[in-house]
Amino acid sequence: MNNNDRHLISILMENEAGALSRVANLFSARGYNIESLTVAPTDDPTLSRLTLVTYGNKQIIEQIVKQLNKLIDVVRLIDLSETDAIERELMLVKTRASGELRAEMKRLADIFGGHVLDVTDATYTIELTGTGSKLDNFLRAVEKDAILEVVRSGATGIALGQKALHA
Amino acid sequence: MELITGAEILVRCLKEEGVEYLFGYPGGSVLHIYDALYLQDDVKHVLVRHEQAAGHAADGYARASGKPGVVLVTSGPGVTNAVTGIATAYMDSIPLVIFTGQVPTALIGNDAFQEVDSVGITRPCVKHNFLVKDVTKLAETVKKAFYIATTGRPGPVLVDLPKDVTIAKTEFHYPKKVKLRSYNPTIKGHAGQIRKAVDLILSAKRPMIYTGGGVILSDGSTELVELIQLLGYPITETLMGLGAYPATDKQFIGMLGMHGTYEANMAMHECDVLIAIGARFDDRVTGKIEKFCPGAKIVHVDIDPSSISKNVHVDIPIVGSVPHVLRAMINVIRDEKLKPDTDALARWWRQIDEWRAMKSLSYRNSDEVIKPQFVIEKLYQVTAGQAIITSDVGQHQMWAAQYYPFDRPRQWINSGGLGTMGFGLPAAMGAKFAFPDQDVVCITGDGSIQMMAQELATMKQYHTPVKIVNLNNGYLGMVRQWQEFFYQKRYCMTYFEALPDFVKLAEAYGHVGMRIEKPGDVEGALREAFAMKDRTVFLDFLTDASENVFPMIPSGGGQNEMLLAERDEMVSTHDEGMVLL
Repeated sequence: MNNNDRHLISILMENEAGALSRVANLFSARGYNIESLTVAPTDDPTLSRLTLVTYGNKQIIEQIVKQLNKLIDVVRLIDLSETDAIERELMLVKTRASGELRAEMKRLADIFGGHVLDVTDATYTIELTGTGSKLDNFLRAVEKDAILEVVRSGATGIALGQKALHA
Repeated sequence: MELITGAEILVRCLKEEGVEYLFGYPGGSVLHIYDALYLQDDVKHVLVRHEQAAGHAADGYARASGKPGVVLVTSGPGVTNAVTGIATAYMDSIPLVIFTGQVPTALIGNDAFQEVDSVGITRPCVKHNFLVKDVTKLAETVKKAFYIATTGRPGPVLVDLPKDVTIAKTEFHYPKKVKLRSYNPTIKGHAGQIRKAVDLILSAKRPMIYTGGGVILSDGSTELVELIQLLGYPITETLMGLGAYPATDKQFIGMLGMHGTYEANMAMHECDVLIAIGARFDDRVTGKIEKFCPGAKIVHVDIDPSSISKNVHVDIPIVGSVPHVLRAMINVIRDEKLKPDTDALARWWRQIDEWRAMKSLSYRNSDEVIKPQFVIEKLYQVTAGQAIITSDVGQHQMWAAQYYPFDRPRQWINSGGLGTMGFGLPAAMGAKFAFPDQDVVCITGDGSIQMMAQELATMKQYHTPVKIVNLNNGYLGMVRQWQEFFYQKRYCMTYFEALPDFVKLAEAYGHVGMRIEKPGDVEGALREAFAMKDRTVFLDFLTDASENVFPMIPSGGGQNEMLLAERDEMVSTHDEGMVLL
């Protein structure tokens, strides 16, 4: 068992003031790792969906799941890494796009299924979605000094098949 | 329907919840609530002298009675002072509901006078907390607070009340029931797991039952006693679990852990099946985790899933409330007429009795100087083992746990998890409110008592006569003991060069003070003090400053690596142990 497996945990919780701090607080107070965290209300405005990426061995992940479940605001959660699931993250990248780079950037964006959202004489702003590792790959493919700014949403995800998380 | 203020609604909610006592301290942001309290007689308010004591007194009341303790403090410093009391209750899973004043909603976040982010500052040490911004939500929130505090694994719940919310008016309707979609504690254990556990328990050759505070909190004592006597197995209890099983019964082999008995720790180390009930494998119990119960299969019953397999891998986890799970186990055993392995058990008891014969709690008494253990033993005799005992934190706490055998649950009240010095006196006052006709004793030390001594005034005002047994050795004894063992006797900041005259201090607060300096006077002084039924008596016992708590498992040691009094050469633990503290 890898000691530092990556886990994508998706949480359905009460859309209450302070609920997010309780989750964040839990991770800092107990010394757990947290790599990314995304949160927004669901179709039911009384509920929020929070997805986070964390690392740890089996025992730590088990504790994280139990401690999260123990929070009064948490309605239900699923460790998407333990099931067939889709993971998606949104990334916005501002790159240099002058001279030879202009064609190169467009080509790379196309290969990765991205869209150019904004164009200036010197820059492109590209939108990409995919798994975290796909977005990492895109950034690796681009020359380092061509990147002006990177904004990532953090991973979110949903289970495949008929399984659904609801209150 | 008539419209009433938030403050009046709060008081009516407390009445609906059957709250007898409110431990608190007034201030600007709670003035409306105090005004509403003035206009009624149902809920009695106890005016403490420091907000920390409000928490501890409510806590002592809760631990003694099994009912939730209720606290009311003002915003800002009222809340920050109360935090230690809240954290103490949180670590020991005590049901408290704490109401805190807050600046008006329009001023929240403005750095207003006496403003602090109460919900934020207490978040890590409460089971849950609420900020009420709308008076129409107040009654429902109070109901939820009591429900959350008292169900599942209990704990403190804080409700923050901005001043304008206590002034605003609405109709009062107190919900009969509350249901939270996100909070449904598991009460009944899983039948399949219980069946598996029973099979394992009955297959044991060297069984051991280890119980904790969860048995007391869930009122599971009756079921525990029935199960233990049905099985004939040995039982040990944690510091928080003492009293769940009668300590004077022969199947009880003493407290376990850092200062547990030789037989309890050896039996833990050698057992082949460990049944943990309402206990959480705290570091003070396990010692070095790699050396903990090396040959044992483990069954763990706990209402909190996150307690299971947190520190120690568990073979058969059962999530549920202790009395329900134990009742189900008893039923399986009785219905199917199952029996333990009596031959193996007899051999096991012979082994345990050999360990017992070490008499690990023996100490060398003296005619010259008062031994602290001797005071506790005499206290036990004089009170016929019946008093409610609270303690502070330190050596005296361990001696109380070791030398006062508790025969019933809720008789022993101490801060086990957080280890809060200053807890004992206000907790004793709280216990006395719960049981005015019982003897309540606070066992304390010269360090701890000074942290909350101001509550002697509260005890005078409300006439809550308790007996204070101060084991005065002039030192912060437990820290001194560690410095002696592990820091080559470099006694840094553990000696009090100046102590108050505790007799005069007690008298200054209107109580009786007694100083006892000779072993021959101990029993007489105790008898005299307990004869004064209606007085708080401060017994200042000048005790042997060099006495240490034994047995002791130095941090980092295994359960079978104990230091016994006057038998072992002290050795410094290795660096790894020092880090564990």
